[in-house]
Amino acid sequence: MTRKQPMAVIDFANPSRFLNLANRAIPWFGGAAVLAFAFGLNQTVVAPDDYQQGATVKIMFLHVPGAWLGMVGWAVMTIAALGTLVWRHPLADVTAKAVAPIGAAFTLMCLVTGSLWGRPMWGAYWVWDARLTSVLVLFLLYLGVIAVWRTVEDPARAARAAAILTIVGALDLPIIKFSVDWWNTLHQPASVFRAGGPTIHPTILTPLLVMTAAFTLLFVTLLLAAMRNEILRRRVRTLRLMQASAAA
Amino acid sequence: MRLTASNLACRRGGRDVFADVSFSVGPGEALAIRGRNGAGKSSLLRMVVGLVRITGGRLALEGGDPELTIAEQAHYLGHQDAFKPSLLVRENLQFWTHFLGAEAAELSEPLAAVGLDTLADLPAAYLSAGQRRRLSIARLLAVERPIWLLDEPASTLDTAAQQSLAEFMAAHLGRGGVMLAATHGALGLPAARELWLGQAPSPLGGESCGEDGEVARERRRPHQALPPPPPAPPRKGVR
Amino acid sequence: MTALGALLVRDMRIALRVGGGALMGVLFFLVVAAMVPFALGPDLALLKRIGPAILWLAALLASLLALDRLFAADHEDGSLDLILMGRAPLELVVAIKGVAHWLTTGLPLVIAAPIVGLFLNLDALAEAALALTLLVGTPALTFIGLIGAAIAVTLRRGGLLLAVLVLPLTVPVLIFGVAAANAAVGGQVPFGTPFTVLCALTLASLVVGPFAAAAALRQEME
Repeated sequence: MTRKQPMAVIDFANPSRFLNLANRAIPWFGGAAVLAFAFGLNQTVVAPDDYQQGATVKIMFLHVPGAWLGMVGWAVMTIAALGTLVWRHPLADVTAKAVAPIGAAFTLMCLVTGSLWGRPMWGAYWVWDARLTSVLVLFLLYLGVIAVWRTVEDPARAARAAAILTIVGALDLPIIKFSVDWWNTLHQPASVFRAGGPTIHPTILTPLLVMTAAFTLLFVTLLLAAMRNEILRRRVRTLRLMQASAAA
Repeated sequence: MRLTASNLACRRGGRDVFADVSFSVGPGEALAIRGRNGAGKSSLLRMVVGLVRITGGRLALEGGDPELTIAEQAHYLGHQDAFKPSLLVRENLQFWTHFLGAEAAELSEPLAAVGLDTLADLPAAYLSAGQRRRLSIARLLAVERPIWLLDEPASTLDTAAQQSLAEFMAAHLGRGGVMLAATHGALGLPAARELWLGQAPSPLGGESCGEDGEVARERRRPHQALPPPPPAPPRKGVR
Repeated sequence: MTALGALLVRDMRIALRVGGGALMGVLFFLVVAAMVPFALGPDLALLKRIGPAILWLAALLASLLALDRLFAADHEDGSLDLILMGRAPLELVVAIKGVAHWLTTGLPLVIAAPIVGLFLNLDALAEAALALTLLVGTPALTFIGLIGAAIAVTLRRGGLLLAVLVLPLTVPVLIFGVAAANAAVGGQVPFGTPFTVLCALTLASLVVGPFAAAAALRQEME
């Protein structure tokens, strides 16, 4: 192989190349996340209180990014699942396994902050309305996928089983998104991603977008680190297998 | 101590596996239990251990600790290697060492003796079949018990490991231990007597076999390797 | 370390490393408890009233989960043969396995129950009472379950038989557990009455369970 070809994106699909990329990229994404959080927290403090809810409205800056990234996580997992099932790509397995706990954590953050926010507003920590229920279902699906990864011994088989579960579970994402439109819910309807443009005032919208961007950068950092760990973990496993068979 | 069996009979699942089995094994003596597949070698061993009910005859242990049963003074190496894949090699041996009554668990010697010391910190799931067998043998070395009851101990072992096993068995007998081993091939112990369950090979003289059970005879086998038994004629009734 | 101590450590290690560990039972508990509002509808007042009963049932089913592998796993790999050859009495061995099962299945349920109770709109007093009754009652569920696990040890798909055998035996525990949890939040019966009966049932099961299970194991093994 003498001709040096320019690196295409698909070349990063090789685990060793990916490790190089991850090692270089993680500090940058991490640094960017820290800066974004600093800016976002500043914006949060500066933003005005709501006339009705007071300062508790600022829970939104945790709650909305949590919901957004919980759904993004499942979407990433779905794409990885297709990579596993259609192309049998090893990096797809690694991505799927790495993103599951991260997405679950963000969904949990969404549920917990939403519950704390709802208590003063609705009088209950939890109501069984359509949006809350569908997000809870998403969380349970995450836990189910994590359980599959932990229970099935062989990583390749675990990847295929998790992939099927992921694709089926992706049906929940549109349900979450449109639940506030299709049913009468206690949860407020869409305010940002809607046909007519955002309905939130810029003084609240700006911190919200900054915090969302900060959390997204955090998500990417965590995902790259988790993928790197998983690749290294698989290498350790291979080495151990080789050690066992060499000593026979 | 002496392990004596008189006219042992075994009935499992409604059929007679063997009957009229007698033997006596004293300190430093080994008994090889031979027979074709299904003759009841495993059942006989499990009967001595106490895992199978004795349906006829007597089993007696003279000497040894009167407070303990035969099983509590014996090691049993069965077909299965009783280990947990999710525990490390070291943890598996540690558990059995403590459970079977040895106080301080000095594991490095038994593991080194069977050649598994470099794998001590691996999850046991990574072991091959031969390595698992060696882990079971390490259990015999780690806890001192006077009676060894072995069921096909050399199965899945390579030549070197079989050689080591023969050395361990000889050492055990040298300490005055008693051993019963069910085996298809030779044990590697020249002085072992043999107990044949079922029809013994015909070049060794006339054997009479009962109608409803198997008659077993002891014979002394000095140093020749045993010729392989001829194929057994079809028998009516009992399997 | 003593023989029984080594057995406890081993069983806990296996329970925590295999099959998702302690969290699988909690996850099952959560999923089952979440199914009920899907079936019944979001009536919060109704959920609050039947909440303790739902959580007790979910705890019972989650406890049953790990039971069928308790003895069957050891039987299949030959460990049970060697355990029967140990010098520790079989009743104590069985009891230790029960303790390991409760620590890795029952106790996490007790800790998770208040959180799951939030989904069913239980208030603080109901949550506390529920947690206390579960703390006292889940050992009974485990130790009664030992009997079914021992009877079903040689069966391949013993899980269903185990459930059929164990569930009727746990009915008294269920009745008094739910009664105590409900009595704490209202009604005419004082909390102490069903609660002391629950304690008595647990203490009895701690004795009867191991003896019956050991007898069943001896029968099965021959």
